[in-house]
Amino acid sequence: MAVHPSDEPTPDSGDALEDLLKQLSPTSRRTFLRRLASAGVTAALPATVLAETSPEPPKPAPSSSATPASVVPATLEVNGKSYPIEVEARTTLLDFLRESLGLTGSKKGCDHGQCGACTVLVNGRRINSCLTLAVMHEGDKITTVEGLAQDGQLSLLQDAFIRHDAFQCGFCTAGQLCSAAACLNEGHANSEGEIREWMSGNLCRCGAYPNIVAAIQEFHQQTPVAGQS
Amino acid sequence: MNNFAYVRANDVDSALALIRSRPKARFLAGGTNLLDLWKMGVEQPQTVIDISRLGLTDIAARPDGTGLRIGALARNSDVAGHPLVVNQYPVLSRALLSGASPQLRNAATVGGNLMQRTRCPYFYDPAFPSCNKRNPGSGCGALNGYNRNHAILGHSDQCIATNPSDMNVAMAALEAQIRVIGPDGERVIPMGEFHRLPEDHPELDTTLQPNELITAVDLPPMADTKHAVYLKVRDRSLYAFALVSVAACLAIENGVIGSARIALGGVAHKPWRVPEAEALMQGVSPDHSIFERVADRFLHGAYAYRYNRFKLTLARRSIVRALTVAAAAS
Repeated sequence: MAVHPSDEPTPDSGDALEDLLKQLSPTSRRTFLRRLASAGVTAALPATVLAETSPEPPKPAPSSSATPASVVPATLEVNGKSYPIEVEARTTLLDFLRESLGLTGSKKGCDHGQCGACTVLVNGRRINSCLTLAVMHEGDKITTVEGLAQDGQLSLLQDAFIRHDAFQCGFCTAGQLCSAAACLNEGHANSEGEIREWMSGNLCRCGAYPNIVAAIQEFHQQTPVAGQS
Repeated sequence: MNNFAYVRANDVDSALALIRSRPKARFLAGGTNLLDLWKMGVEQPQTVIDISRLGLTDIAARPDGTGLRIGALARNSDVAGHPLVVNQYPVLSRALLSGASPQLRNAATVGGNLMQRTRCPYFYDPAFPSCNKRNPGSGCGALNGYNRNHAILGHSDQCIATNPSDMNVAMAALEAQIRVIGPDGERVIPMGEFHRLPEDHPELDTTLQPNELITAVDLPPMADTKHAVYLKVRDRSLYAFALVSVAACLAIENGVIGSARIALGGVAHKPWRVPEAEALMQGVSPDHSIFERVADRFLHGAYAYRYNRFKLTLARRSIVRALTVAAAAS
């Protein structure tokens, strides 16, 4: 499969694939691939869903520091909802959000903490969700881009991004938004230079930086932010 | 990426007991380096011991003006923004803020930063067959490879990697003391002895012993906080590792330098200090010619490779520049 950042179905020249897509329609590329996987057409399932689909029940997991285990129970709070889950210990927070919870807003760009597309807020602080394990965040409050909107209403920051056309392909946008929300909260949005410095962990290969900075600046100027001096 | 067993340690004693009892076990704190290396296949832990909930996050003045103690699990962003660090150890705050990204600094810890491994691509990517650090005895891919960001000081024919940390450079200039605990109890390692030169054992980055855990970093009081500079030169203005960096802490009274502590980053397997060069500045008035003499003495014995010759000039100019800025600060 060609690497394409969009979540939406993409045109493909293969006729057989087209036919399959039509049969499965209406569907997204993701659900299409899932169905292929469950039908055994694709060999590998994402490692992170193994906890759900493993034929053997997971071993009793350590409640405290007693016994190390490779499948671990944890309760994670994501966007205000509590999820008691069992995951493979090696599951990153990013994979957990995307594969186990289906919260695919957070993107896997580099998977090495370099691009910022996976940025989420943990207890209000931005981190790269690709470089942390899901099980490490028991009891933490996690906010993803899906949690920025309230009751189907986009946040003012998201609104500013749209008005300023602060993206092209959109692949980095979820990370940019979470990072921008934190940047504003930290009080690091007082000038263009400051925004550029404190948003430097979020790369945009389309080069929408001037518009991203403009959106953050406008939001900052219009909205007094708590915690800012 | 291999699977591993996970366990959360609830206190220092259980963390130490766990690491002793499990083969190929690793402490996991912020995860920004260990998990990255695990994904690359460089690290293949069998057990990961999560130490992120041990506490050890306090940043507090020590009694009787004896300095500052920073918990090993304090986040880089918390250290950089702490008023005691900003006001009393500004060089540390600036070094931290010049490193990585806000997201990484929110996760990375002080102890983890001390343990951060080299970014030498021959080490970081197992697709390269030769790396004495990753696979002792396999050779050094960088020696005759693309060695643009490699060492010019203290290297051996076994390894020419550099320590990538900005924090470590500031810690070296501040003469930090690393507090560790292990099977034989607690001990303190001076920052200058914490990181090793590669010599014949480049696989050993530090003098930390197996099954030891870093608990805190102590900073002695700084006599003069005004004349302290962290200068970082890199390929782009933000979010890049240093080509060369300089932490310079001068104590200047009545126009005369009382003491100078300078550490160089990006040039060696550890933050590079030269006490003889620093001594040249003692008791003299700061001026350009003394800065140049210091820089020359600092780089005595420097040796560059095919792609990093520019570092010889860059390091010299960076030292002079950092000292000029530090001395002129008011």
